[in-house]
Amino acid sequence: MSGVTVTTTVNGDPVQYVCTADESLLDVLRNRLNMTGSKEGCGTGDCGACSITMDGRLVCSCLVLGAEAEGRSIETVEGLSEGGELQPLQEKFIEHAAFQCGICSPGFLVAAKALLDRNANQVEEEYRYALAGNLCRCPGYDKILRAVQDAAKVMRRKKKK
Amino acid sequence: MPYDTSYTDQSFSRVGQRVNRPDGLEKVTGRAKYGADMNAAGQLVGKILRSPHAHALIKKIDTSKAEKLPGVKAVVTADDFPDHSGGDRGMLDILENCMARGRALYDGHAVAAVAAVDETTARKALKLIKVQYKKLPHVTDVDEAMKPSAPVVQDWIRTRGVDPAPTSGSNVHQRSEFGHGDLDAGFAEADVIVEKSYKTEQTHQGYIEPHACLATLGPDGVGDLWVTTQGHFTFRNVCANLLGLDVAKLKVTSSEIGGGFGGKTHVWMEPVALQLSRKANRPVKLVMSREEVFKATGPTSSTSMDIKIGATKDGRITAASAELRYQCGAFPGIWGMLGAMTAWACYDLKNVKAVGFDVLCNRPKVAAYRAPSAPMAAFGVESTIDLLAAELGMDALELRIKNAAKEGTRASYGPVYGPIGIGPTLDAVKNHPHMKKRLGKNQGRGVACGFWFNFGGQTCTDLNVSVDGTVNLTVGTVDVGGSKASLALIAAEELGIPYEQVRVQVGDTASLGHNDTTEGSRGTFSSGMATIFAARNAITVLRERAAMMLDVPVDQVVWEDGAARATGKKNSNLPQLTLKEIAGKSPTTGGPIAGHNEVVADGAGVSFASHICDVEVDPETGATKILRYTVVQDAGKAIHPDYVEGQFQGGAAQGIGWALNEEYIYGKDGKLQNPGFLDYRIPVCSDLPFIDTEILEILTQTTHTVCVALAKPPSCRLWQPSVMRFQTQWVSE
Repeated sequence: MSGVTVTTTVNGDPVQYVCTADESLLDVLRNRLNMTGSKEGCGTGDCGACSITMDGRLVCSCLVLGAEAEGRSIETVEGLSEGGELQPLQEKFIEHAAFQCGICSPGFLVAAKALLDRNANQVEEEYRYALAGNLCRCPGYDKILRAVQDAAKVMRRKKKK
Repeated sequence: MPYDTSYTDQSFSRVGQRVNRPDGLEKVTGRAKYGADMNAAGQLVGKILRSPHAHALIKKIDTSKAEKLPGVKAVVTADDFPDHSGGDRGMLDILENCMARGRALYDGHAVAAVAAVDETTARKALKLIKVQYKKLPHVTDVDEAMKPSAPVVQDWIRTRGVDPAPTSGSNVHQRSEFGHGDLDAGFAEADVIVEKSYKTEQTHQGYIEPHACLATLGPDGVGDLWVTTQGHFTFRNVCANLLGLDVAKLKVTSSEIGGGFGGKTHVWMEPVALQLSRKANRPVKLVMSREEVFKATGPTSSTSMDIKIGATKDGRITAASAELRYQCGAFPGIWGMLGAMTAWACYDLKNVKAVGFDVLCNRPKVAAYRAPSAPMAAFGVESTIDLLAAELGMDALELRIKNAAKEGTRASYGPVYGPIGIGPTLDAVKNHPHMKKRLGKNQGRGVACGFWFNFGGQTCTDLNVSVDGTVNLTVGTVDVGGSKASLALIAAEELGIPYEQVRVQVGDTASLGHNDTTEGSRGTFSSGMATIFAARNAITVLRERAAMMLDVPVDQVVWEDGAARATGKKNSNLPQLTLKEIAGKSPTTGGPIAGHNEVVADGAGVSFASHICDVEVDPETGATKILRYTVVQDAGKAIHPDYVEGQFQGGAAQGIGWALNEEYIYGKDGKLQNPGFLDYRIPVCSDLPFIDTEILEILTQTTHTVCVALAKPPSCRLWQPSVMRFQTQWVSE
């Protein structure tokens, strides 16, 4: 199968790769760019473990073709923290024990960041519906929601400053 | 803040604190390596061809075209594996489940596998394998499978536990009976008798990480396996046995595990990956799709049950019986037996009987799922307890409290209980603010109890003190949900050093002696115990070194708060030596300082839980909303309360999913109709409220003998009955 050459931006860095026409962006990230932070839980867009943003929009990278990333800006879990500083959601996930196995955390973090970047001032129910596309099987969402709400507070404060 | 330790006579300075887990950073940055995240130079992609039929004879498999496809490096079928016929039946079953031999026993049963240079080639190769099947009659329902006319799944099965032993085959693998007293007399004493039958469908553990491994096995019989598993030592032993390898020559490394809940205690495809690798002489990465996970890895049993309880007018249960029929997939299991053992464990009963049947069906081999078999039996029993309460006109919680098992009760499955937590959990429920919340229209409240044995098992741990006084703890139990934090707390507590100075890792099978699989809530309990002993062994060495440095006899040196001190008046002017100071001198006082321990961790206490759930049902659509949920559970000592709460909450969420949405749906053709997260709907964030928890710490014998923080593990408990109860009521009305 002939390859497609793609020039794109991943976590702010210019990236070029060749992928097959039927290859998902998730497979490109994991297998070609060695960025295994995004996970495949289902491959059908049902679990959200592969969540990334493309031009700021939250998508399941298993449902995007690698070829579609041409000229876009991709953000993954690997790009959340800057230098030595964790993003507030990452800090709060650790502090609130918001994961046990941690397999869903990358997707949850990316999805929650996309949500809070848009609006960090919502009520519990809005957060719950906004994050309903990310499946978690260990701690029953309780501690995840608390971590997201707590991180939202931090992000609101940061915005004010 | 230190956690309240009112149940033990000890005070802890580290155990019980809500510290940040040591592997938090790698898990929030995406750096943690799970099963599918490892790669090797020259690796091939493995893929498995699976049966499209529920039950079929495999007449012929033609792999010649696939083998000729450029890029295909190996193709295997059952013929490529050692023939264990006539050997250990259990091993043969495991291998036949990984690769069908002669007959496909369920929709999704593996029949062949390929290894190719890339995914596309591997997929093409699967399409080129031609399998000739002859379809056979199938059975997927447990009650149907028990009928004499049912198609027989495995013709060698002769029902165990019946007298006289049967001479012909059936689907009933075994009958197990537990109980005591005189059931007839008990029911004769009863003023009220309630009887009801129930069925529950099969559910999957639903871990978000599919099974994945990277296998390397050379023609010399030396191999490496990187795999997501709850028990890498068990995987090593099983794979070596199945493939005829020397155990020590196969090194198995457990990856980070993306959820298991019992489902990653068995090998499902790892021997296939190893055999592909051996044939191709290259590393093979094999990762299941979600569909494969649903179709071909162990869900829990579907069940059918008859429950009968008799009581006097004042609510004293005089007799209780249960017949529990558990579907165990296409291979024998112990699930009906476990259901029968756990069914009545919460109650103090004079006359009690529970009979469990393990029944084969044309479905995937059943595996453990969080207190395996207990939730279904509890659903039947607890629902019937509620019916009995209604019949007696008595509060259902009071009925439970009145009949709860206590210290000295002879458990329905045999032993006499020591101090146990069922009474305290029920009292805590009674006094919980949740019980005082008002219910509105179409709203209801359920309470249910449950039980699990808990288990210790073989464990081996290494503790090494570095020259700067920091400590490496190497354990052989997999961290399924925060146990690295708990074990670091325990090591720090014993040694008297800060939590942050301990780094915990899970060792591979070449670095430690055998460790049993992390199952039965044993991880923190057993490795915690081994860590305590290893730390104490290290302290013995530290004291010896300190004695040498202070030039006093070792019996005059004690270990207190992370330092060695010489006792006695004449030593009063000698300095204390901290762990760090002793470690710093270790190169000249005898070399490295370490503590090691191997143990069969006995004395795990049983644990009990009581849950409260409020639901609202839409009378027109039947849509059910969970309004409030509270878990009260006896957890022994909560080493790290956050992760204990997380276990409670996660178990509750899985129970809610089981009660409301989750089920395997088989068509008349015996095929699974919903092998994906869209149609097999596990709870999402918007389905649930915050889940309240109350941890009770009940003393057991172990806390005395080990005299540290362990009684019962921060165990996982799965309780759907409280939810199901109200639903059932609604459906029946």
